[in-house]
Amino acid sequence: MTEMKNEMNLQFSALSQNESFARVTVASFIAQLDPTMDELTEIKTVVSEAVTNSIIHGYENNPDGKVYISVLLEDSTVELVIRDRGVGIRDIEEARQPLYTSKPELERSGMGFTIMENFMDEVEVRSESSFGTEIRMKKHLLKSKALCN
Amino acid sequence: MSLNINMEIRNDVLCIRLGGELDHHAADELRQRATSVLEEQNVRHIVLNLEHLTFMDSSGLGVILGRYKHIKQLHGEMIVCAVSPPIKRLFDMSGLFKIVRLEESEEFALERLGVA
Repeated sequence: MTEMKNEMNLQFSALSQNESFARVTVASFIAQLDPTMDELTEIKTVVSEAVTNSIIHGYENNPDGKVYISVLLEDSTVELVIRDRGVGIRDIEEARQPLYTSKPELERSGMGFTIMENFMDEVEVRSESSFGTEIRMKKHLLKSKALCN
Repeated sequence: MSLNINMEIRNDVLCIRLGGELDHHAADELRQRATSVLEEQNVRHIVLNLEHLTFMDSSGLGVILGRYKHIKQLHGEMIVCAVSPPIKRLFDMSGLFKIVRLEESEEFALERLGVA
């Protein structure tokens, strides 16, 4: 078998009602790799976290902003890139600390990055005020079906 | 898929039953509805039933933590019940289980708060 390579790109308005659209769309694209239910839930959760960050923090709820998602499937690896052209993160190290939030008045739990790091194998963050924020994440899916059969 | 919120007051306990998906979009409505009941009704404790919740992210943790703080100010307690394994992982990660009590079912939770 040759290695499978497949790619998908998505662009949508920074509106909170699109959070569910984003995670469901990414999950249905990934379904072709036959992930486990746990893997699918983990990926849906990290998409939700990153998209929510773009909407609340990147664009500060300005719906004119656009969120960009690209998903690359290569063999059994999922590479997710979630990007905005928003204000950027001032201090990435600080933002990645568990329970840290720049908006405590909004009842944010500060767990977004911690969840992304726990559920994915690699998480890279690039952020600049002139560029916005790009989160690049990788996850290697278990070949659970093959092992079970 | 959206969030389904069902609320019922039993004695001094507010039972909040959630179904569907709790994300940032849905969290606002839950916050508003729960807050108005806590402010207007004579409620002391909260039982949060997550039996039919199919998805939750960190925005859900935020809104739950917010209601916990609210009920603590009223010197009450919050019990979360019927938590599925994926949602339990988020609770574990955030340390929320160190402050919020967990029960298997709504019935057990109500029993613990003295509601028959």
